[in-house]
Amino acid sequence: MDLKEKLIASFLVFENQTDVDTYVHDIRTDAIKTFEEKGFPSKKEEAWKYTSLNSILKQDYSVFPKQENALEYKDIKKYFIHDIDTYKIVFIDGKYSSHLSQTTHDGMDVCLMSAALSKPKYRLVIENYFNVAATKDSLTSLNTAFSSEGAYIHIPKNKLVDKPIQIINFSTGNESATMVQPRNLIVVEENSHVQIIERHQSLTDNPVLTNSVTEVFTKKRAIVDYYKIQNDNTNASLIDNTFIKQLRESICSVHTFSFGGKLTRNNLNFYQHGERIDSTLKGITIIGDKQHVDHNTLVHHIEPNCESHQDYKGIFGDSATGVFNGKVVVEKEAQKTNAFQANNNILVSDKAAINTKPQLEIFADDVKCSHGCTIGQLDESAMFYLRSRGIPEKEAKALLMYAFSNNVLDSVKIPEIKQRINKIIANKLGVNIGFDL
Amino acid sequence: MSKYTEDDLREELKTKEYEYGFYTDIESDTFPVGLNEDIVRAISQKKEEPQWMTDWRLEAFRIWKEMTEPEWANVKYEKPDFQAISYYSAPNSKPKYNSIDEVDPELLATFEKLGISLDEQKKLAGVAMDVVVDSVSVATTFKKTLGEKGIIFCSISEAIKEHPELVKKYIGTVVPQKDNFYAALNSAVFSDGSFCYIPKGVKCPMELSTYFRINQAGTGQFERTLVIADKGSYVSYLEGCTAPSRDENQLHAAVVELIALDDAEIKYSTVQNWYPGNAEGKGGVFNFVTKRGFCETNAKISWTQVETGSAITWKYPSCILKGDNSIGEFYSIAVTNNYQQADTGTKMIHLGKNTKSTIISKGISAGKSQNSYRGLVQISSRAENARNFSQCDSLLMGNACGAHTFPYIEVKNKSAKIEHEATTSKIGEDQIFYCNQRGIDTEKAIALIVNGFSKDVLNKLPMEFAVEAQKLLEISLEGSVG
Repeated sequence: MDLKEKLIASFLVFENQTDVDTYVHDIRTDAIKTFEEKGFPSKKEEAWKYTSLNSILKQDYSVFPKQENALEYKDIKKYFIHDIDTYKIVFIDGKYSSHLSQTTHDGMDVCLMSAALSKPKYRLVIENYFNVAATKDSLTSLNTAFSSEGAYIHIPKNKLVDKPIQIINFSTGNESATMVQPRNLIVVEENSHVQIIERHQSLTDNPVLTNSVTEVFTKKRAIVDYYKIQNDNTNASLIDNTFIKQLRESICSVHTFSFGGKLTRNNLNFYQHGERIDSTLKGITIIGDKQHVDHNTLVHHIEPNCESHQDYKGIFGDSATGVFNGKVVVEKEAQKTNAFQANNNILVSDKAAINTKPQLEIFADDVKCSHGCTIGQLDESAMFYLRSRGIPEKEAKALLMYAFSNNVLDSVKIPEIKQRINKIIANKLGVNIGFDL
Repeated sequence: MSKYTEDDLREELKTKEYEYGFYTDIESDTFPVGLNEDIVRAISQKKEEPQWMTDWRLEAFRIWKEMTEPEWANVKYEKPDFQAISYYSAPNSKPKYNSIDEVDPELLATFEKLGISLDEQKKLAGVAMDVVVDSVSVATTFKKTLGEKGIIFCSISEAIKEHPELVKKYIGTVVPQKDNFYAALNSAVFSDGSFCYIPKGVKCPMELSTYFRINQAGTGQFERTLVIADKGSYVSYLEGCTAPSRDENQLHAAVVELIALDDAEIKYSTVQNWYPGNAEGKGGVFNFVTKRGFCETNAKISWTQVETGSAITWKYPSCILKGDNSIGEFYSIAVTNNYQQADTGTKMIHLGKNTKSTIISKGISAGKSQNSYRGLVQISSRAENARNFSQCDSLLMGNACGAHTFPYIEVKNKSAKIEHEATTSKIGEDQIFYCNQRGIDTEKAIALIVNGFSKDVLNKLPMEFAVEAQKLLEISLEGSVG
């Protein structure tokens, strides 16, 4: 039985376990139908031209965790940004772990999707926002069909959230292969501000496939900073689907740091519904081995006077493959749009490959849109400069690569994240330099 | 299976088309509509081609039958019915008009703007001409000069008869029959085209265009061009014409193959101004062209194109840089107005070491048109030190048109250096204001700015065509700014 059949069969089991007389369940039933029609995407589809899921779909994943697993905080402390106080929503194999988490209902809701789906007081929010920004593509539909758990964050008007929120998904690997499908909903009302850190981490080498969907709504003048840290084991694969619907004058930035995992696909979609919106999409990718990272971004400029900034840097070693597929659509009405996109890559090894496709679709005439894309090597004269001052080759290379990716970190607003990323980069490049000078 | 009886035979004969039916028809000028193996055979026969050519065409036809029309391009149109087209019609020797006064005055006005001489105007509009015209003698002189150098320049049908060894060796090597739907169709039914061979070490003394324009009458619907530059030779070739062509053929599917052997250089320039349909988007030519060049060691191929016509353009002049140190260049201006749609760009396939490519593409969209750049830069794992620079700029006029870019970049070698940049902008009000202030009216100011925008490409055209192309840009955008 292949994975698709297995998932469709599992849906019936899932239906038996859940309350089917709800608003959400109708959406789930529609979604499984969509998935059944479309199946998993293949390389024939333009959006998946450079990324094949075949190798990761072969595994016999268990779709529901058989038992609840507990973890000790001291064992997994290093995966948290632990030097600052944060709200935490922690899942272990898709199940909520209350003793590791720190949620709140004090003036805002930082809690669980399962609670939001079942309790009547959240009904209005769910009906207004659940599955509204998400698209109907096959993987998102698959997640929608099985959506039951994840983070639910609702920030009311005029609220400055006092500390960042961490969403961490652990996979224990107690079963030979696991598939998890977290579903997050984040609604930030007018004038509010929130910072979110998201991480997926597997704790053993058993294969894990995560198909995650996150919907973010930023209302008028809201500010959202979202950080995705992807530094997983070499057998873990992640398909991250994020949909962000922005209303006027809101500011949203998403930083994606991809350093690990077997296959990582980031579908990051921004929809600008309103004027004077600012969207930022940035990323650093440093991978080696046979890793594969695919950034698939979309910024849809629907109304006038908005901006978007994209900046993705990639360093690829060994037999790694990088894909960047960035699309900017500017609708006819979206005059005075400023859209910038940059994608810079360095190939370090002969077997590494990069496929990039920056795409512009523009229907308005009074716009400033540009994209730039480069693929190159480290500057030899810069290398010489460092070497002639007694810096060993490895360190000199690392310094230059760090400098290359550094400007993505400039816009990171939490210093502890910056430090953490610096450490990971140093580790990834095999040097022992503290980059924060 | 039951036994084959006489009744079956009778039945079969009734439904089967008479295989040799076209013998009788062969004298007629136009073939019946539709396409099948017999038509392909008949075309080949009509052109008195040798057996190998007929077989080659038939092979292409069989491949074509299995293929489906591509749909990935960013254009919308009603697909042509391939069985409703007549695939061969002999060049009409009868003049369309008896005197220049009968010609559509609008057409003449355009000629005037382009600065085309009266004789040429007549020729282009299909007016009967005196038997004794200059061009005949000019053509003869050209032929003599070329002949002395050993350059072969003739129609492809002539080449198939006169130089079968060259044609046989090179045809389909760059664009194989099975390459794509339209290339397969072209391979099966191509009516005519040009053939050019430059021998070793020869520098062709003139732009082959000059000759082409005087000598060549109407070009066919399914053109096939084959240009071979032998070792160390150089040729500059210009195809098409700045003059508007009122061709009635809806579908054009041409194939151009360029072969640059070691140290050779080919410069291929195209100016295309086919009928784009009227202002409401009715009619117009569908232009589905496959153009590709093949570079051996140290060779260079340079494509320059100015695309202003056609309702639909689907065209990607490409370079396969197989030899070490070979160079590919692509310079393009694509102008779309009214309801025109263009999906054009290039492919640079880097296979050899130290290969270089440059892509400069300028898209100008006005009216309700859609203009797309679609390009591929591919660096194979063996292509050490490959270098590419791409730049695609789009200029939008009005908010009913669209500009799109689809650049694909695939790199498998760490020593590659690739740069790609794209911008989209409009003509600034301040720029227009500046011109107006100095007494230049808006229409002229726009022409001035557009010229500046496309200068990088215009500079690459052979001189006399650069001047005409500049004027052509002005005409194409006339009335697009209110």
